[in-house]
Parts: sequence; structure tokens; C-alpha cells
Amino acid sequence: MITTKSVGKKRRRTLEAGIVIGLILFLLFIAPLLLTDFRLGLLGRFLALAIVALGVDLIWGYTGLLSLGQGIFFALGGYAFAMHLQLNLAGDGIPEFFGLYGVSELPWFWQPFYSLPVTLIAIVVLPGIVAGLLGYLVFRNRIRGVYFSILTQAMLVVFFNFFNGQQKLINGTNGLTTDTTLLFGQQVGSDRMQFVFYVATVIVLALTYGLCRWLTRGRFGRLLIAIRDDENRLRFSGYNPAMFKVLVFAVAGGIAGAAGALYTVQSSGITPQYMSVAFSIEMVIWVAVGGRATLGGAVLGALVVNWAQALLSEQFPEVWLFFQGALFLLVVTVLPKGIVGWFRDDAVRQIRDLLGIQPQLNTYPDLELDPDVKREQRELAGK
Amino acid sequence: MLDGLINGIFNGISIGAVLLIVALGLAIVFGLMGVINLAHGELMMLGAYTTYVVQNGFKSFGDGAQDFYILAALPLSFLVAALVGLALERSVIRLLYGRPLETLLATWGVSLILQQFVRSVSWAMTFGLLVVCLLLFGGRAALSKLANLGPRQKLANFVVLVLSAGIGVTLGRSLNGNDALAKPWFSARNVDVTAPSWLQDSISVTDTLSFPAARLFIIALTIICLVGTFWFLNKSAWGLRIRAVTQNRDMSACLGIPTKRVDALTFALGSGLAGIAGCAVTLLGSVGPNLGSNYIVDAFMVVVVGGVGKLVGSIVAALIIGIVSYILGSGTLVLMLPSSEAIQPLIDTATFFATTSMAKVLVFALIIAFLQVKPAGLFPQKGRSVEV
Repeated sequence: MITTKSVGKKRRRTLEAGIVIGLILFLLFIAPLLLTDFRLGLLGRFLALAIVALGVDLIWGYTGLLSLGQGIFFALGGYAFAMHLQLNLAGDGIPEFFGLYGVSELPWFWQPFYSLPVTLIAIVVLPGIVAGLLGYLVFRNRIRGVYFSILTQAMLVVFFNFFNGQQKLINGTNGLTTDTTLLFGQQVGSDRMQFVFYVATVIVLALTYGLCRWLTRGRFGRLLIAIRDDENRLRFSGYNPAMFKVLVFAVAGGIAGAAGALYTVQSSGITPQYMSVAFSIEMVIWVAVGGRATLGGAVLGALVVNWAQALLSEQFPEVWLFFQGALFLLVVTVLPKGIVGWFRDDAVRQIRDLLGIQPQLNTYPDLELDPDVKREQRELAGK
Repeated sequence: MLDGLINGIFNGISIGAVLLIVALGLAIVFGLMGVINLAHGELMMLGAYTTYVVQNGFKSFGDGAQDFYILAALPLSFLVAALVGLALERSVIRLLYGRPLETLLATWGVSLILQQFVRSVSWAMTFGLLVVCLLLFGGRAALSKLANLGPRQKLANFVVLVLSAGIGVTLGRSLNGNDALAKPWFSARNVDVTAPSWLQDSISVTDTLSFPAARLFIIALTIICLVGTFWFLNKSAWGLRIRAVTQNRDMSACLGIPTKRVDALTFALGSGLAGIAGCAVTLLGSVGPNLGSNYIVDAFMVVVVGGVGKLVGSIVAALIIGIVSYILGSGTLVLMLPSSEAIQPLIDTATFFATTSMAKVLVFALIIAFLQVKPAGLFPQKGRSVEV
């Protein structure tokens, strides 16, 4: 029994790896041939958003922490990369916008971002540390459920206010543009660099998928699910859920940071609007549409919803908000498991119900319908 | 110096009063039902737009009537918001009790729809919606009366939904061709509500000290709402039922309390209070589709700091948050500190946070620090059933 089970598991894993590798190859080699540059740029941005959706799935789908503040970490990653690019462009001087506000000396926290390796580490580690710290302060007190959600939303507003208000430190409302900046001597906005970032996004997405798959498998994954389903029971079995929550929240923060950096360079810059309340809640709805607690669902949801948004708001800009609102309502009331979960669990049965086809039952609701009873009745009648 | 302090405290209290009147409905819905209503701000916005419409209606009566529109606007705002809240509870939130995170997402969806609704509502759209509703509910009623479809009932309902939506949208789009019908009622731009003339003055106490009448009016209104809510919850029969359901839903149901009606009533009450809050904030600024989102996060902070389920907690929290953010944000703190070399860093810090948005940053940091000491807020619920 055990051996057949593990063989089946192994086969499933090979199949999954095959599908993932196939999709990566498709995105890297075939998609660029099929799509125009504009559409490929869109796809790259949506893939970056799919990365942050994986992080949201990790904390919400698996651990049950509904964070409405992932935009903080997303934007921190984006700002870190944009600061490096701005410094690159400025060379020995300081970035141009400082002149507008009469700042002549570089603020101290810009200094580390001169070096590329430090920046690349900071993109992931900085949001991770911020998330870990905030998470520690909240989870330590057993604040959870909707309180956690409200607090993360308030944190988001606070970070937004800070970045929006500090012209002299970080260029305030205008944000940092990356289009005209240089990386490896190339202009970031050029087609070639954009393709490089597209490839990088695909690779990071695949790595993140692997990381999340590794985390959610095995003991750690089961602990996360246990926190989601019954935290008290887990605590009574001798675990400290707070530490696991801090850890997974920090990991999701780091993932969001990487996604933010990749998204920033592909959409010509970063503004504090990345920390708007609406954007962070949208991240949650991508996961809900795709199917929470399914990693494929998170990626699928991010791509489908954003693609729909791009198409719909091109055609009818007014309709999109109605549509998005309806999406929130529908996914919560009608499709709580998301697309992937629905296909996995309910699709066949529900379509059959809708068409009014009676299912084949293995047990019989009525004694009269049992074939054995029927046969017996026939035999009795024949006698 | 003393005048400055009194002025600061008065302004703080008036900010606190606005926060409190916004948070009051939220505290009731959250505290009594455990429902996070992110559409609360949009219910406020509906109240504000109702005030705008009432004001325009009174304009046509002549100058004398203009001064008293607010007396009609207050109950009407309450009514409009309460009815929308009731419809919301009956259609969506009813399905989601016991799933607070899902409720949060669903109400966010509702808030998006309401925001876009006031931006683009026009006669054509209203007709279209009416036709959809008539066809949908009429069709369903007719189907269930006339034919017994058995297992195909769901499919039939779905077909009716698609058909009526299709007809309604087509009608709405064809009516859109007519410019008079297609013109949005409010459009996305902000509209202005002029306060009645008796609320535009200030009441001066001494030569240097004067209080704006609109602010005093809001403080008075908040007190009236508080007293009214307190009376309703503690002295009326339905208030008793609401408190019973809050304490133990199953046992209340066993004793014959109609819990579903209690839920609907509680939600409608909370929504109606949002409508009154919306009417009140028209005195402070212009009215736009985003009006609600400016207040909602602060109002939630009031509820969290105050502790859930206790009105007195919300009162204290709103006043403290209001006064602290005014004193920090207006730079009063900088003025009050004696200027000396020894505390120069402190003065620099105070100056750094002396804008409205930066004061929010500091206030939030203080809230997080406060929650380290009292995670359940100022006045936590005691007992075994406090786990959320």
C-alpha cells in the first residue's frame, strides 16, 4: 500500500515538474514570437505580479493570514532597485530630483544602494526584515484574524503617507523613474533590457514557485495548514505558532520585494501609488480567483485577472470597477475555492446538477432501486 | 499660550468627534456581529450625496428654506444608508456569517461597485437596472409559481438571470444614445455642499478664542448619536435582543429571538449611522466618490484601540487619537516645547512629524506600541468567549 502510494506521489511530482519546465520553455522561447513587444511587456509585468501572488497564497491560502499590506513590501523592493538605478545614472553626483528641493547631500540611507550586489540582496532581505519585524510585533500578542488584516491595512496607509510626504528623502508623490536610467551601460527602458527583465521575471517566478512548493510540502507545510485550521490546538501540542507565522510572513515579504523590483523596472518607475489600499487588496483577489492553497492557482489567478483588466479597461474604462467589484462578490459567494479548486473538487458534479442529470450512485437512496432487490422481485413475480 | 492649548484641545476633540461618528456604526457592526464592513465609507458617501440632493431640493424652495435643509438631510441620509445596508445584508453578508475574512473581501467589492455607481449613475442606467430587477425577480417568481422544474430549477434561474441582464444592459445602452438620459447625475468630480448660514459663523468666547459653529454642530450631533445608540441598545426591546444575540446566538435562537431579523436590524442601524456621519462631514469639505476611503482606516483604528464591543472604548479612543493627531500634526507640540539646546533633538523630531500625514505615521506607531501592552484594546471584553 505504502509503496504504491509513494510511487503515485513520485509520478505526480515528475508530472508537475514537467509541466512547470514546459511552461518556462514556452514563456521563454515561444511567447516572444507570438506576442507584440507591447503585449510581451504586459505579460512580463503580470508575471511579476504572479510572483507576489505566490507570496500572498503562502500566507493567506496556507497559513490563513489575510494581509492587506503586501503593497508595502512590494514597493520597498521596487524602491530599493529604483534607488540603485537612480544612483547609477547620477554617477558621482546625486540624483537630479534632489535639486528641486534644494537638497545637496545624499540622505544616509541611500549610501548602500551604490553597489549592485548589496541592492540585489536588499531587494529581498529588506522587505523580509520589515515584514518579520511588523509580524513579530503583531503575532507576539496573538493578534490575528480580521484584526491582523485591519492592522496591515493601517500599516500600508502609514507607509504610503511616509513615502508620499517625504519629497526631500525619496521624491514624494512623483516617485522614482527608472526608464531613462542605466544598468550595465544600457538604458533600462530599451527593448533589449526589457526583454532581459522579462527573462529574469520568468526565472524568478519559477524559483519562487519551487521555494513555495518546497515550503508547503512536508512538515513545515502541514504546520502552516494547522495554523490556518486550528491554531489553538497547535499551540496546545507544544508548538509556538507565532514564530512560524513571523517566518512565513517574512518570506512572503521577501517574495513581494523581488516581485516589486521586477515590476518596477518593467513599468518605467515606482510611485507611492504602489502602496495604495486598492492595489494590495487586488493581490488577495488574484489568489482567491485562482484558488487559495493551490500554488498554480495563485499564478493563474494573477495572470487571468490582470489580463482581463487590461482588455476590459482598454475597451470600456468605466465598466472595469463594476466588474472588479462583482468579481470580489462572486468569488467569495459562488466560487470560494477559486478556479483551480473548483475544477479539482466540484466542477463535474455542479455541471451535472445544473443540467439536471442524475448521478450514478454506488448506494441506493431507495430500496426499490437496488438491482439486487429488483432481480429478487422479478424472480418472486415469476414464481 | 493657554488659548493655544484650549484651541488645540478643541480642534482635537472635534477631529475625535468626526472619527467617533464614523466609527460608531463600524463599532456596532463589528462589535455586535463580528463583521468587517469595508463598504462603511461608501455608505457614508451615500449619506453625503443624499445631503447634496436634499440641499439642491431645498434651493428650489427659496432662500428661507435653504437654511434648514440639514434638518431634513440628517434623517434622509440615515434612511438611505440604512436601506442600502439592509439590502447589502440580505443579499451578501447573510451568506457569509462566521467567515469574517470573506466578508471583508465581499464588502470591499461592494465598496468598489458603489464608488463607480455614483460616478456613472444616470437616468439610462437607472432604467436599465430597474428593468433587470423587474425581469429577474418577476421571472423567478413566475417560474417557481407556474412550472415545477425539479432539478433543472437552478439552470432555469441562471437562464433568467442571463436573459434579464442582457435585456437590461441592451436597454441601458440604447437609452445612452439620448444625451439627456445619459448625462451622469453627479459625475466623477467632487460636488460642494454649502453649509447653512447659521453653521458658517464662529462663536467667539474671548477676543482670541473662537469656535467654528460647524465643528460645534458635529460635536453635538455625535453626542446625540451616542446617546441615542446607547438608549436603543440598553433600554429598548430590540436592543435587548441585539445584546442577547451578541452574547449567545444559539441560546437566543432557542429562546425565540428572531436572530436573522436581529442581524438585519443591527446592520441597518450601523449603516444608517454611517449615513449620518456622511451628512456631518459635508460641513467640512466637498463630497466625492472617494469621500469614504479617507475616513475608513482611521475609523478602524478607533475600533481596534477602543476594544471591540464596548462603546465607551470607542469614545475614549476617538478622543485620544483625535487630540494626539491634532497636537502632533498642527505643530502645537513644537510651539509648546521650551526652546533649549538640551531637548533640540526632541524638537527636531516633533517638527519632522508636524504635518497631517506624518502625524498619522507617528500615531500609528504609537498604536502599535500601545497594542504591545494591551492587545485587546482599552476596554477588552472579559469572559471565555472573547477569542476571535
